[in-house]
Amino acid sequence: MIEPFLLRAVAVALLFAAAAGPLGAFVVWRRMAYFGEALAHSVLLGIAAGFLLGLAPAIAVLPFMLGFALLLLLLERQRLVPVDTLLAVLAHGALAGGVITVSLVGGVRTDLLGYLFGDVLAVGPSEIATVAGVALVIGGLLLVFWRPLLSATVSEELAAVEGVAVRRMRLLLVLLLALVVAAGMRVVGMLLVMALLIVPAAAARHFSRSPEAMALRASLLGCASVLLGLAGAWELDLPAGPAIALVTVTLFFLSLLAAAFGRSGRSRS
Amino acid sequence: MQVRTVTPPRSRKVRTADVPEPLITARGLVVSREGQRILDHVDVAVHAGEIVTLVGPNGAGKTTLVRVLLGLVPPDGGTVWRRPGLTIGYAPQRLQIDPAMPLPVQRFLTLARPAGEGELLDRLTEVGLPDCLDRQIVSLSGGEFHRLLLARALLRDPDLLVLDEPLTGVDLAGQAELYRLITRMRERRGCGILLVSHDLHLVLAATDRVICLEGRVCCAGTPVDVAHDPDFQRLFGTEFADAFAPYRHHHEEGCPPPSGGRR
Repeated sequence: MIEPFLLRAVAVALLFAAAAGPLGAFVVWRRMAYFGEALAHSVLLGIAAGFLLGLAPAIAVLPFMLGFALLLLLLERQRLVPVDTLLAVLAHGALAGGVITVSLVGGVRTDLLGYLFGDVLAVGPSEIATVAGVALVIGGLLLVFWRPLLSATVSEELAAVEGVAVRRMRLLLVLLLALVVAAGMRVVGMLLVMALLIVPAAAARHFSRSPEAMALRASLLGCASVLLGLAGAWELDLPAGPAIALVTVTLFFLSLLAAAFGRSGRSRS
Repeated sequence: MQVRTVTPPRSRKVRTADVPEPLITARGLVVSREGQRILDHVDVAVHAGEIVTLVGPNGAGKTTLVRVLLGLVPPDGGTVWRRPGLTIGYAPQRLQIDPAMPLPVQRFLTLARPAGEGELLDRLTEVGLPDCLDRQIVSLSGGEFHRLLLARALLRDPDLLVLDEPLTGVDLAGQAELYRLITRMRERRGCGILLVSHDLHLVLAATDRVICLEGRVCCAGTPVDVAHDPDFQRLFGTEFADAFAPYRHHHEEGCPPPSGGRR
């Protein structure tokens, strides 16, 4: 008999990885890795805000992340500081501020490592519902807006001339990214959450000949990483979040090797 | 010097409709960047069935004007009016496709409009790109990619076709072919076409109206008129006027007003 907490962990991690796949593909295509990292680094501030307001972290973090994403989107328009520099400034400011606020407000209740690297084996039933809701919203909106999202990603200029609301698409992606980062906080933690977005998508790139195939394979690779990582963590008594992230990175390098061999094999034939 | 025969422009009887309403009209466009005035009170209009070409030296504001007309850049002054429901097909001069995304030709085209394989093949054959539906975009050469951009613009079945330097990277044989295609588009679909081009020989041969831009409209009119305009000759020399030798006439009155080029 499998322990219920293990089943919950698998369910939450799979839901997150499935939603993270296609969004991660957009992060790779649009070079939003810095943006995502800045979002992830601010999660702790959201949790601290939750403590202050007496809300559960999983609930409090959602509106906070959406707000922070909007703020970053607005700040991207300024011309005083290069965008990636500004994102780094804000990311580290948010992380340091978050750690200090949480330790002041949360006191003994807080398990800092759990937030930084995830604590998926400790998720409760209510968190499954939250992550499932987030995954459903992300999946649904991606399906509905897939073509305009993709078109705006290939070329904002052409998409705009063809009537796509490119700015709204950018906004949508950023908000979805904030949601998925908030959902991933419990699974792999804020420091590793972007790994489950970027790395599976990057691994899928070598085997995909269309954007749809890449997005789908990113989801599948993410889910495979979750299952292998959790199994390894269970068997070897390792921290689950880092185990999942390490499996993803391993899969990436394997895909790189396979792609390199596949290419040289094809060119020889 | 490259020698190319230029057929004189045919008589302009393409517009048979009585309604002279333009597809797009811009009045008094002003665009400034960093204190530099890029467009200075520019007037442009394109009508259905008409080929209008923007010429001008580098930095004359041709691409900026196109981007304002397309609604990609808000002007600092002036107005752009588009016929309600106007469908525009646009082939930019440059477009960077990030290799991070695997993107076959077929998917690139269907981003503009969902279309069946047969229709896609027709458009691709039309622009001289048969058998490339499954090729990855990043594997296309510059000239091939430019033809693909044209195919995507045509796929929209546009009322107005806007082509920014459509001959970029296209080989010489392909250039003449593409110009024939552009002329055919106008005849078959009756769409208006706005071209930006440096290739004056071909432009002057296949264009109804030339607008010579140098921040402001320095002259405009039929290719013959413009080729003989002193402002145009100052920018581009007299060889184009010489190409129209059989049509040479005295052109004392200067160029017509910018937006009054219809005759």
